[in-house]
Amino acid sequence: MNHSHTAESDARLFHQFADMEQQHESWSLGMWVFLASEVLFFGALIFSFLLYRSVYWPTFLEGTHELDLVIGGINTAILLTSSFTMVLAVYTAQNGNHRMAAFWLIVTSLLGLAFIGVKIHEYGLKWEHHLIPIQGLEFEWHGEHPQQARMFFSFYFTLTGLHALHVLVGILAIWVVAYRVAKNHFGNDYMPVEIMGLYWHFVDLVWIFLYPILYLFRA
Amino acid sequence: MNQQQTHHPEHHIGLGTYVAVFVALMVLLVVTVAMIHVDLGRTGGFIVAMLIASVKALLVMIYFMHLRTARALTRLFVVFGFFWFAILVVITLSDYLTRAGWPPRV
Repeated sequence: MNHSHTAESDARLFHQFADMEQQHESWSLGMWVFLASEVLFFGALIFSFLLYRSVYWPTFLEGTHELDLVIGGINTAILLTSSFTMVLAVYTAQNGNHRMAAFWLIVTSLLGLAFIGVKIHEYGLKWEHHLIPIQGLEFEWHGEHPQQARMFFSFYFTLTGLHALHVLVGILAIWVVAYRVAKNHFGNDYMPVEIMGLYWHFVDLVWIFLYPILYLFRA
Repeated sequence: MNQQQTHHPEHHIGLGTYVAVFVALMVLLVVTVAMIHVDLGRTGGFIVAMLIASVKALLVMIYFMHLRTARALTRLFVVFGFFWFAILVVITLSDYLTRAGWPPRV
């Protein structure tokens, strides 16, 4: 047996794995299997949006012009930056600096909160403009096809709402990981931070596609 | 320096690479927003925006999500995630695109 691991990281070896390396690979593989299911989850929604857009494109175009390009762009920048700070958390955890890793995790979660804050502001604007397609609420549309506009905003709220839910879940999970990292529960094992990072980057990936399809197709 | 770190040098991507990828992502964000001022037509604009988004997604997956240093099995699982999605798209389109009177007049 070639065990070149530190005693500390071996203490983190669960009994079903042969060594730390196999454990690490199984963890990241498991996360990727989950993310593959998420690809189908968001992929199916995005694909149906594009399908309906190809049919009702004049109204969906009007819908896109109701969305604020700048607000969406700011939120994209926030999420991209949060992915970078998450990478810094993984990097510092890899180098055994658990205090810095916890710091960068908290920064990442704060950027996630900023994203949610901007999103709430955006939803508030839709509320003010009477663009929320819920039965019983007044839906004001001056274009030709209010029914199609309702469909556009149903897609908008479903896609961004489910994405925001993923961000919120991510923030809560980050706090748990950050707390345990700060308490040095994981020792030299950086994998919990790495796995947290995989999830967070995926949420960023979804937004990388949502931003252009919802906000940028203006021609 | 702990032993584990020297044991897995191949798992580590440098800080400089991370910074470069982050800068590239921000530049691509500016580019994709700026493209709305370029008239490429409806289809052209769509294709360019999706291409830029795909490049951003690949940068995130390869560098931030460490596919560059991942095992072949992990990469295979990632590819298959998108492969299942491709099946979903192909089967759905094979229905819609072969319907009489598609796209409907609205």
